[in-house]
Amino acid sequence: MQDASQLGNPARTQPILSAVGVSKRYGDFLANDRIDLDLYPAEIHALLGENGAGKSTLVKIMYGLIQPSAGELRWKGQGIVLHGPSQARELGIAMVFQHFSLFESLTVAENVALGLPAKESLAAIAARSADTSRRYGLPLDPKREVWRLSVGERQRIEIVRALMQDPKLLILDEPTAVLTPQEADQLFAVLERLKQEGRAILYISHKLDEVKRLCDTATILRGGKKVATCDPRRETAASLARMMVGSEIGEVKAVNERGVLQSRLVIAHLSLEPGDPHGMRLADLSLAVQGGEIVGIAGVAGNGQDELFSALSGERLSDVGDAIIINGNPVGRLGVTERRRAGAAFVPEERLGHGTAPRMKLSENALLTGHAASGMVKRGFVDRPATLAVVDRATEKFDVRKGKRDPEAASLSGGNLQKFVVGREILREPGVLVASQPTWGVDAGAASTIRQALIDLAARGSAILVISQDLDELIEIADRIAVMFHGTLSAPLVTGNVTKETLGLLMGGAGRDVLSGAKSAGGEQKHAAGA
Amino acid sequence: MVESLIEIGKLIFSVSFILTVITASTPLLIAGAGELVAERSGVLNLGVEGMMIMGAACGFAGAYTSGSIVIGAVCGVLAGAACSAIFAALTLGLAVNQVAAGLALTIFGTGLSGLIGRGFVGARISPAPKLDLPVLTGLPGIGQIFFGQDAFVYASIALIVGIWYFLYRTRAGLVLRAVGDNHASAYALGYRVLRIRLLAVLFGGACAGLAGAFLPLAYTPFFIPGMTAGRGWIAVALVVFASWKPGRLVGGAYLFGAVTFLQLSVQALGLGIPPQLMSSLPYLATIAVLVLISSKRGTAGLAAPASLGLVFVPDR
Amino acid sequence: MQLVLEKRPERSAFAAVVSPLIAISLSLMSMAAMFAAMGKNPITSLGVYFLDPLTDSYSLGELVVKATPLVMIGIGLSFCYIANIWNIGAEGQFLIGAVAGSWLAVRTNGTSVGPWVLPVMLFLGALGGALYALIPALCKIRFGASEILTSLMLVYIANYGMDYLVRGPWRDPHGLNFPTTADFDPVATVPILVPGSRVHAGALIALVVVGLGAVLLGRTIMGFEIRLLGAAPRAARFSGFDPDKLVIFTFAVSGALAGLAGIIEVAGPVGHLQPDFSPGYGFTAIIAAFLGRLNPVGVLIAGLFLALTFIGGENAEIAIKLPLDLTKVFQGVLLFYVLACDSLIAYRVRLLRTQHGREFAHG
Repeated sequence: MQDASQLGNPARTQPILSAVGVSKRYGDFLANDRIDLDLYPAEIHALLGENGAGKSTLVKIMYGLIQPSAGELRWKGQGIVLHGPSQARELGIAMVFQHFSLFESLTVAENVALGLPAKESLAAIAARSADTSRRYGLPLDPKREVWRLSVGERQRIEIVRALMQDPKLLILDEPTAVLTPQEADQLFAVLERLKQEGRAILYISHKLDEVKRLCDTATILRGGKKVATCDPRRETAASLARMMVGSEIGEVKAVNERGVLQSRLVIAHLSLEPGDPHGMRLADLSLAVQGGEIVGIAGVAGNGQDELFSALSGERLSDVGDAIIINGNPVGRLGVTERRRAGAAFVPEERLGHGTAPRMKLSENALLTGHAASGMVKRGFVDRPATLAVVDRATEKFDVRKGKRDPEAASLSGGNLQKFVVGREILREPGVLVASQPTWGVDAGAASTIRQALIDLAARGSAILVISQDLDELIEIADRIAVMFHGTLSAPLVTGNVTKETLGLLMGGAGRDVLSGAKSAGGEQKHAAGA
Repeated sequence: MVESLIEIGKLIFSVSFILTVITASTPLLIAGAGELVAERSGVLNLGVEGMMIMGAACGFAGAYTSGSIVIGAVCGVLAGAACSAIFAALTLGLAVNQVAAGLALTIFGTGLSGLIGRGFVGARISPAPKLDLPVLTGLPGIGQIFFGQDAFVYASIALIVGIWYFLYRTRAGLVLRAVGDNHASAYALGYRVLRIRLLAVLFGGACAGLAGAFLPLAYTPFFIPGMTAGRGWIAVALVVFASWKPGRLVGGAYLFGAVTFLQLSVQALGLGIPPQLMSSLPYLATIAVLVLISSKRGTAGLAAPASLGLVFVPDR
Repeated sequence: MQLVLEKRPERSAFAAVVSPLIAISLSLMSMAAMFAAMGKNPITSLGVYFLDPLTDSYSLGELVVKATPLVMIGIGLSFCYIANIWNIGAEGQFLIGAVAGSWLAVRTNGTSVGPWVLPVMLFLGALGGALYALIPALCKIRFGASEILTSLMLVYIANYGMDYLVRGPWRDPHGLNFPTTADFDPVATVPILVPGSRVHAGALIALVVVGLGAVLLGRTIMGFEIRLLGAAPRAARFSGFDPDKLVIFTFAVSGALAGLAGIIEVAGPVGHLQPDFSPGYGFTAIIAAFLGRLNPVGVLIAGLFLALTFIGGENAEIAIKLPLDLTKVFQGVLLFYVLACDSLIAYRVRLLRTQHGREFAHG
């Protein structure tokens, strides 16, 4: 890969889009603070920063969704004001968001059409989109309904929508968050192709090794300010991380030596039909988690993680009592409350609406999981002081920042609410803890607090199962990692012995024979053929 | 007993059966069509009964005072649309819970229609004229069925065909379906969700008003307070039964027309069945229909517009 | 310029108290406008409607009599509505409760049975209402059928059923062919509390229901379950609560309360079973539930206020020739305003200056 700037890229004379001194203020809060950014054609420019650094705000300004409080945007050197995304699109700016704007019951062609202006007929759009998707290696069947598609396929719809506008600047927001490493490679190939065509690309990410691989330039935001613009290939991951995060966030200390304790969570041949027609069937899952260890379950979203969490928590029941054993008790046929009484605790993926009731107070949310076995309910009556005590203890131990003593859950920031949600469970000292995406959308400080809390809980003898899309997180805290794909679970691999490539293959469904085929001759042949 | 069965059999395969089915199902079809469009855009308007009875009262009042059926129908349409505008102001403008607002509309509409209509109880008008083409209407059987109906019946068919075409063959219909599927995505793509829903709700109200006006203007040539007798609710149930598809709505409406026929003929035959039981038939049938079509495994759940009934307040 | 809604970071407690008052004021103003439009003096008409009934003791008694069923049914409904379970069929459960209890009264009519009859009648009434309410509950749980539509259809069916019984098998043989049962024996009648009025023991029962309801909703784990189910259904599941069980519980409780109110009404103020003994209490109770902000004490106050409108309407019909339908219109308008003002609790209304089109947002 040639570094365009070193070749004296002729296109690098004038930026296609510039932000000059752009600021955005919300009341007292300064989301962007006098940011300068230049985007050049035929260049992939990374925008780095942790959650809450201001990347989304800046990008929304560049797409016309938000107006800057100060500063201006320049398109090809000329000052412009963008009143809305349609104007941005007319200029030639296209954006692929992290949260897709798709319609599940409609077809691919209809979804693409809805993302484009109404000037063309549906048939013409369908034909053009088929052509575009073929040209860029993004296969899509125009007649399929979106609910049938995987996350990676859905992202292709968004990208095709963007490409059909023939953009001069393409902005992508955390595109690989929902892809396997292999799918990410395919995406990078597409982006390289676009760069060769002379388009400018703005790539938002917090994944440092990706940025180092793919991007020509990187701008780093921290706390709303631009910290640096640099060539990521010349930096190390550590130096980039330091710029992103500022002070050293304490490294999570893992405990290496653990005595072999008994299996506290056992999943034995768990099979479950999906609860709704769009769900994933779980097929013969088996896994054992011992006291004192953290086992991670990796996998791209949509491969059965939600169903597995529901099966473990007891929101969905199994027919077989022994399919799930907690602290020696077969709980497969028992509900959530009984499982909590058996010593288990659960942290679901969505904190608002699933883990907590957003419009209820924290004390009531403490009661939400605590009523089972924490002495908050006496003869049917709720002991309010006891619930408040949990709120106070969680606030203190896990550094939960909030406005008043007992606010509504929705008024807390993401990181603080997540600390509360994890904290209320850990305070119960559960023998088994199952957490799904425990640091999703949470700032680095809170993420570190949460991860350390999990490790400390394991050190005290609990068995912890973490389901996460973030491979880096799992590699950091898990002792063993298993991979979920299409409702099946691979055998767990010891973290120290496995590479991201292997995990990536398993996440994409390939490579299972790599593990199991090594024993038989036929397996070796298959392996050799595929290598 | 056998004789009675033969009698019933003869009646079913008769012209009068088909005619009864058509006329009885017309108000359900018109009101159902309007509600279908509103629900496809994601709004659940349970005030159909209130809008219908207002359409009946204002329609009759308009026709009686002006002497013209057309003016009466227009009054009915406007009354229904005005009622739905109140509903829209609450649910779309103030993010009020749609179920509660719909109930309020029904209570209000029922009360106000009584107030408006009380002066007209006992009055009579000449009912809406039926089509009379030179040769065609005279044809035996099919003549009356196809060429001898009043304007409301033809309007109901045109409405269904028009709605089908709109939803599945036009861009605007695609956008409406998208809004009903995911209002957040639609908003993010730049579509004006609230405006589209407002238009859909007003259309639904207009249809409900027209359906209500049909009752005192064509079905029976007089007005009684409460003459809709729950038809608005049955129309809402029919939309569920039709899985939100216009074609199936026709089938459902005609099914209820057949129930009405059964009611009338059993009474005529004097089979000794208590009249209250026969009067309960449409309501029992509604429950049966809802139980049959809905299922925990979600055939109805799949078909329902995903954002139906959900409040939409865009983040700013 | 555009009027937009903005979600408040926390629900406003101030607005929660003030909103029903604003709603009532706005409704009164609308009523005044309607009186004027009908050619009556708005101020005096409002007085006839809302103040006159409070001036003499008999009217005050009638207030309690009419409020009793409204409060009982309303509290049961608020249980359901808090959990987003829409029982619209309270009127039907009211009627069936009346029928169930009346069965015993009719059976034992004219015979000399002991005072056990009345308590058993009340029990049967509650039981009948509860069972009738379980029909839509089971349809919802088992088949996913909309409880709004099923419970409402059952109202029509209950009406016809009662009509059949009263015109047929239960008709008073000595009643000159009027469609009504014989008057209930004294032992099958709810005792009067305040002599000289029609205030009966049902009022006490209603007060007990208010107290029990308040304790259940506010202090028990069951109450928390109900509130949680309405606030965040997925969190309710995660909390370990079974939504189906709550559907059954809330429907059964509201059905029982409505049925109890039904038999008390028939065995008390009315004295016998006849087809249209209910002026639509089951539907007015829906308004009472919302006006009372789904809170038992609030429903008590709302029930008294709505009872006032019933009596005011009757007065106005006699005194100033205002049609009775106006009461229903007022109740509908009141519900509109209550719902509209309630939205101020969760949202702020703001005038937004838009620049060349609106601001977008994306999740």
